[in-house]
Amino acid sequence: MAYSEKLIDHFENPRNVGAFDKGDDSVGTGLVGAPACGDVMKLQIKVGPDGIIEDAKFKTFGCGSAIASSSLVTEWVKGKTVEEAATIKNTDIAKHLALPPVKIHCSVLAEDAIKAAIEDYRKKHA
Amino acid sequence: MNTAVKTAPTSDRPNAPRRPVYLDYQATTPMDPRVLEAMMPYFTEKFGNPHSRNHEYGWEAEEGVEKARQQIADLIGGDEREIVFTSGATESNNLAIGGVARFYKDQRDHIVTLVTEHKCVLDTCRHLEQEGFKVTYLPVQQNGLVDLAALEAAITERTAIVSVMAANNEIGVIQPLAEIGALCRKKGAFFHTDCAQAFGKIPLDVEAMKIDLMSISGHKIYGPKGIGALFVRRRPRVRLQAMIHGGGQERGMRSGTLPTPLCVGLGKAAELAKNEMAAEATRMKALRDRFMAAINAKLPEVFLNGDLENRLPSNLNLSFAYVEGEGLMMGIKDLSVSSGSACTSASLEPSYVLRALGVEEELAHTSLRIGFGRFTTEAEVDYAAERIVQAVSKLRAMSPLWEMAQDGIDIKSIQWAAH
Repeated sequence: MAYSEKLIDHFENPRNVGAFDKGDDSVGTGLVGAPACGDVMKLQIKVGPDGIIEDAKFKTFGCGSAIASSSLVTEWVKGKTVEEAATIKNTDIAKHLALPPVKIHCSVLAEDAIKAAIEDYRKKHA
Repeated sequence: MNTAVKTAPTSDRPNAPRRPVYLDYQATTPMDPRVLEAMMPYFTEKFGNPHSRNHEYGWEAEEGVEKARQQIADLIGGDEREIVFTSGATESNNLAIGGVARFYKDQRDHIVTLVTEHKCVLDTCRHLEQEGFKVTYLPVQQNGLVDLAALEAAITERTAIVSVMAANNEIGVIQPLAEIGALCRKKGAFFHTDCAQAFGKIPLDVEAMKIDLMSISGHKIYGPKGIGALFVRRRPRVRLQAMIHGGGQERGMRSGTLPTPLCVGLGKAAELAKNEMAAEATRMKALRDRFMAAINAKLPEVFLNGDLENRLPSNLNLSFAYVEGEGLMMGIKDLSVSSGSACTSASLEPSYVLRALGVEEELAHTSLRIGFGRFTTEAEVDYAAERIVQAVSKLRAMSPLWEMAQDGIDIKSIQWAAH
């Protein structure tokens, strides 16, 4: 399978690997996927008082496409408002990384991960 | 992690382009140059049709084919008249199981096999089920070996053929062939064994093991691709219905002009294996142990799938917990390994062989098959171990499952949403 240069770059030099304190009020954590399916993504956003995502971190168990998809979205959400981040679509991720058809689910998972992180953040601030 | 990566050791050709280290010898092997040398004349000057009885061109081709037949028979303690050339082990397995089942179907319409067999055995059995045959797919034990008591119980007076592979293509475990052969003989069922991985690697004896049919592959033993053989016992005689009809070559069991150079290549590869098998097995075991020691010294939570003792010395199948196999393979691009069998590497499902051992799905997703072979060097093994340690460490550092495990969270306690 031939992967795009962008995908390989994100896999080999993943951005924003790491973790924030889950208990921190400014942090939203999304954990999606399942070990039995071969993909688990944990994506965290750190939101400033102005509602803008200041920072993001991820950890992913999965194939190269899953790792690249999650790395990419940590870059994309930074500097966006929570509302803006919620509009990121899996199709944009798949297009940017030129994911092969069998790997589209990786981009779906990355979209789910952002949504889950935002939901977690919103719950804390409800 | 930006640790300096040593370049992969290459061959003795200093200007050769750098290529990945090949550690997938269970998928296929390069041809031994001695095999190629033996084959060459049969492409050009000795090009005759081995079935031509009227002239020298035919005779010299026939001589090459018959010598090869003898070389193959010699490696398994059989008679050269019991060797049928085929296009490979897939065809041999199809011919053995389908051919015997269809020939004897009026008296016996039952087949016994294992769930861990190669797809070409399982798929053949599925097709026979559609024709009305009954098939028992026996589970294996946690170490990958058949439970002999369960096998004995499964064989009935309606069982035509029992098909159990000698060495598994994914996990390398070696089944107790002699015991299985004795059981089959006692019950009057034919014993077929798929020896694609075992032929030329471990001692095989069709008499001592009471093997009635044996599938053989050329390209797994440093011979050419596109050639295989089926051993078909003459005493007591095994009969089978041909799949390929035509000029009646190969005693009517497999029509078609024999590919002389390929037959000669398979024969030569068998001869080399016979002479070198013992020394090679010792060397493979040393390489394997060296590799395992290097991995175990640096990485915790690496699990071997399948029995260690009853195993091809050249095969390892390892689960690197918390690191997904496909991602891992992408992280070790300069090593050519496999995450299962080459036949199924396009699918995203975890290996059915590992699942049959009771390996949990999440662990099955983390496995690599590493196969050493005739041209593997110690330097390559050391390099491979180092690269795998690096890649696994890097990927574990970015694995949420590894993080949870370090924090003492039981991954099974989490409600995962399957997708």
